[in-house]
Amino acid sequence: MTHSHASNLCLTFNDLTLGYGSHPAVHGLTGDIEHGTLLAVVGPNGSGKSTLLKGIAGLLTPMGGTFVHADACRMAYLPQQADIDRTFPATVFDLVSLGLWPKRGLLGRMTREDRESIKTALQAVGLNGFANRTIDTLSGGQLQRALFARVLLQDADLILLDEPFNAIDTKTVEDLLGVIARWHGEDRTVIAVMHDLDLVREHFPQALLLSREPLAWGETEEVLHPANLLKARRFNAAWDEQAEWCADHDHAQAHGNVHSLPSDRVA
Amino acid sequence: MSAYDFLIAPFADYAFMQRALLGGLLIAFSAAPVGVFLMLRRMSLTGDAMAHAILPGAALGFLIFGLELLPMTLGGLIAGALVAAGAGLVARMTVQKEDASLAAFYLISLAFGVMIVSLRGSSIDLMHVLFGSVLALNTQSLIMIGSITGMTILTLGIIWRALVAECLDPGFLRSVSALGPIVHFIFLALVVLNLVAGFQALGTLLSVGLMILPAATARFWTRTALSLCALAVALALLSVIAGLLISYHLAIASGPAVILAAGVLYLASLLVAPRGLVRSNLPKHRHKVA
Repeated sequence: MTHSHASNLCLTFNDLTLGYGSHPAVHGLTGDIEHGTLLAVVGPNGSGKSTLLKGIAGLLTPMGGTFVHADACRMAYLPQQADIDRTFPATVFDLVSLGLWPKRGLLGRMTREDRESIKTALQAVGLNGFANRTIDTLSGGQLQRALFARVLLQDADLILLDEPFNAIDTKTVEDLLGVIARWHGEDRTVIAVMHDLDLVREHFPQALLLSREPLAWGETEEVLHPANLLKARRFNAAWDEQAEWCADHDHAQAHGNVHSLPSDRVA
Repeated sequence: MSAYDFLIAPFADYAFMQRALLGGLLIAFSAAPVGVFLMLRRMSLTGDAMAHAILPGAALGFLIFGLELLPMTLGGLIAGALVAAGAGLVARMTVQKEDASLAAFYLISLAFGVMIVSLRGSSIDLMHVLFGSVLALNTQSLIMIGSITGMTILTLGIIWRALVAECLDPGFLRSVSALGPIVHFIFLALVVLNLVAGFQALGTLLSVGLMILPAATARFWTRTALSLCALAVALALLSVIAGLLISYHLAIASGPAVILAAGVLYLASLLVAPRGLVRSNLPKHRHKVA
């Protein structure tokens, strides 16, 4: 399936600052992400990677700056720790079928094609024969596969994955990277927070190196240059209570205030 | 005594028993599924807290109008809604979690309620508000209970998918829809409505019993949300019938008899059900190779 769009930009950041309290976790991010980009967000712990994804997903209000979605951009967000109640009496089928929400909503009836597409999605992530397993019997890797199947069903233009390969074995990582490659082939935009730089080099054409400020952004080989990585390693994630108020934006007074968002932002 | 005398005659011979049966069955049909979701959302004690919270409203209605259905019901509804909304808002807008804010609000409400009842005087009045009387249900009460039952089942049918999503993966629901908080408050409203429907018959203290006990019992037997609801309804219906018969034959209070019947079903299931105490702790002698 290909997605055609009037403009080729999926996301535009303009001096975006996201954070908690008065402390920025992502500071002064400016740039564009084109449709069909496969981007890895890398950086040390606490460098703002997850915060950036939360911001894009609309779970955090920017402290400063703006970001703009393309119109009618359908988004799927897979958080680092999905707050799934594993004791809830649901099957893998039930969990994955939540991915039909954008299509069916609250009252739309599930059709035979929907059932077929759930089956196909389970096949695609290597969970054949798991449909009727209850979710409390799944391993961590199997649950992650099921969540990827759910993202598949969401049929999203923009897919946000927060450390999707944490504590996942190599076979599962390979399979799920295959799913990501397929999304990339379908011209969907994928942004994934990653820690394994070898995987990033091998599978992600573009990378963004964050350490609160964006250190480098572009072709993966250049971004992951040793000089950049050294800079990132020196990053100090601690908040400094004595830090001065940031003045190098024209919205300096707005740190701590909430900026109004442009109306075309899809929350 | 023949089986007919024991099982059928009390209902065939007395209009008050027929009304009690109809009221109890209606309550069972709507309270049990609500209880299933309370349990699945780990809010079983929330139901109990809400049952206490409706007391001052019912008591105020009672103080002003005496033992009249409508003012007591409306009062209970308003008090329950205030406590639910207050606790929910505090939890969403401050650092305090919902269990703490709800405890604070319901305790204030309960103390207020007991004070109001004590203004009126006799402890018999208090007993009536606290324990209700399923044997004194009149037509007006039955119409009200029936409407609440209809409304509850209809609403649950409409919000089912969102309610399941909100229980299973609230973060996901938030990422695809703004319905999460709305569904939460609709569900709390259903809890309050069903407690109010129950308190005429079972009293404010025990009306939560037909919600939670059948749901908790069903959990020992089955493992899908829909079958939990179906089984909980069946168990609640059985408890109502058994409780009324026991109450009739032994001349004991009907509310506690119904809830104790549900309690017996719970304890029996705990012992014999596949996911109960015994069978889930037996050593397993056989297992498959894959």
